[in-house]
Amino acid sequence: MTATKPAKWGLRTLAFGYLGLLLLAPVGMIFFKTFEHGLGPPVEAMTSPDAIHAIWLTLLMVAVAVPLNTIFGVACALLLVRHKWKGNAILDGVINLPFAISPIVVGLSLFLLYGNDGWFGPTLSEWGIQVLFSTPGMVLASVFVSLPFVVREVVPVLQEIGTEQEQAASTLGANGWQTFWRITLPAIRWGVAYGVVLTTARVLGEFGAVTIVSGSISGETETLPLFVAKAFEQFNEEAAYAGAIVLALLALTTLLLMSVGGRKAKAGASGPIPIVSDTAISTSNTKEGS
Amino acid sequence: MGITVEGARKRFGDFQALDDVSIDVPDGSLTALLGPSGSGKSTLLRAIAGLEELDAGQVVINGQDATGTPAQKREVGFVFQHYAAFKHMTVFGNVAFGLKIRKWDKEKASERVHELLRLVQLDGLAQRYPDQLSGGQRQRMALARALAVEPQVLLLDEPFGALDAKVRKDLRTWLRRLHEEMHVTTIFVTHDQEEAMDVAEQLVVMNRGRVEQSGTADDLYEHPANEFVMSFVGEVNRLGESFVRPHDMEVVLDADDRTEEGLVQRIVALGFEIRVEFVLGDGTEVWAQLTRNELQRLELREGQIAYLRPVQAKSFNGSSPSDPGASTPRGPRDEGDAEVSAAV
Repeated sequence: MTATKPAKWGLRTLAFGYLGLLLLAPVGMIFFKTFEHGLGPPVEAMTSPDAIHAIWLTLLMVAVAVPLNTIFGVACALLLVRHKWKGNAILDGVINLPFAISPIVVGLSLFLLYGNDGWFGPTLSEWGIQVLFSTPGMVLASVFVSLPFVVREVVPVLQEIGTEQEQAASTLGANGWQTFWRITLPAIRWGVAYGVVLTTARVLGEFGAVTIVSGSISGETETLPLFVAKAFEQFNEEAAYAGAIVLALLALTTLLLMSVGGRKAKAGASGPIPIVSDTAISTSNTKEGS
Repeated sequence: MGITVEGARKRFGDFQALDDVSIDVPDGSLTALLGPSGSGKSTLLRAIAGLEELDAGQVVINGQDATGTPAQKREVGFVFQHYAAFKHMTVFGNVAFGLKIRKWDKEKASERVHELLRLVQLDGLAQRYPDQLSGGQRQRMALARALAVEPQVLLLDEPFGALDAKVRKDLRTWLRRLHEEMHVTTIFVTHDQEEAMDVAEQLVVMNRGRVEQSGTADDLYEHPANEFVMSFVGEVNRLGESFVRPHDMEVVLDADDRTEEGLVQRIVALGFEIRVEFVLGDGTEVWAQLTRNELQRLELREGQIAYLRPVQAKSFNGSSPSDPGASTPRGPRDEGDAEVSAAV
């Protein structure tokens, strides 16, 4: 499509205007507000025991939920793409549920399941496992809401790369496991990386579901988003803004680590995101008996 | 020894890809599976490699029943039409892959890889990535990768299909030489009869999941078992119930009782070879292949009337190519190929 010059500039202005007004301005304001009186106040706000605990707990959520959902996500994507089966349509739909359901609903449903009157609650508390108002419940909520990202990122990449490289590996003597580690995983690494970034961002920022199952007890079950919300409600603006900045920096760090890590892993020829490549031709000729 | 397939059947949904196929590939030979798309030739090759599971039938490789053996244990080298290069590995890494899996000693493996890269003339490009190579180079890399593990058999699935005409011809010649040096039993799939005749010692013509005929290029050309083979291996004109090769159509200017009248519709010069297209009285379109000298002698022009005399015609007694009675799966030779001289 060829656009005229004014149209092009019009579109650009629109895009940047939209982003500026709706994304950059609010985020910029937070930075401005936080560091309005220098580094001192925000640093002080974030070194209080509750704040440090909130940061630690948030990182713990990431450390548990992200690896779990990455492993599950890759396995699920392989199942969906490589092993065609009638139940796949159902699986595919169910995986999307967390996208469709409001986090509050997720929180409430977990509450029902693990509460004292729930299905699992009484049994688990007999075994001495407290799910609600403690870390296990928060982990469950985080895993639930961030579940689809890796699957959704990896599925198209798997479809794109096709099966020929894997078949070639098997004729060269590689078993399924060796083929996965040496051929499939390196080929889908960018999809996995983006899935991990999105999952991490989602877990870092999760508020609705975690609020309900955690009870938001300061210094105990309060993640960083909950800390920010509470500080804001208590007119502790400095802590609220500083917490928000820490959240933003954590997310940025993830993005940065991913792109650096990905580049190192490849150090090869093609550009950073070879999503559209010449493998397209090889995807369609697998089952045709020509 | 060599490769034997017995009674292979394979169905994809309601498409019968292989319908009771049996072939015999002698040890150390270079055999082409030739057929139009959908004929089952690739499926057969993939079944030999273990990449496709047969519904019924048996695959024997070098005297051992390999039917139930997974691909990774069959010790076949397989080359794909679209190279199937490992994109995240260098050329060296690609070729070394099979050796790494077999846990070869690093130094020995490196030596072997470079030996193979020299063989396929890629030695200077060992540290390149596949997307820095041309199509022909990628395919040679894929070939080196397949050969590195010293496979019992080498299987190539339309190996030159994605390459342009010039590179294709070069690689063809090169593959034939390579085979002369290595003598590994090789099967390659192609839909190009010229390519098959150029490279292979033995041809297996397939159509609709069946073997129509197998034999040497001369066998198939001179003694086609049926209409399908005759028209697939070489050009053919149909005159009523019989078939005539364009170079067996003699063009004369005077009629006699063995000629047929035709209107010269088009004269196409393809270098030394001239293609003269005729329309006969009953509307049939045929063509004759002449040399430039013959054309000059006849002084043919488009729009004039000339007479055609089929020197050698074949008829297959009305049998259709898919008719099982007409196909001679393993013995080529003359079945139902009554040679009729002229008289159309």
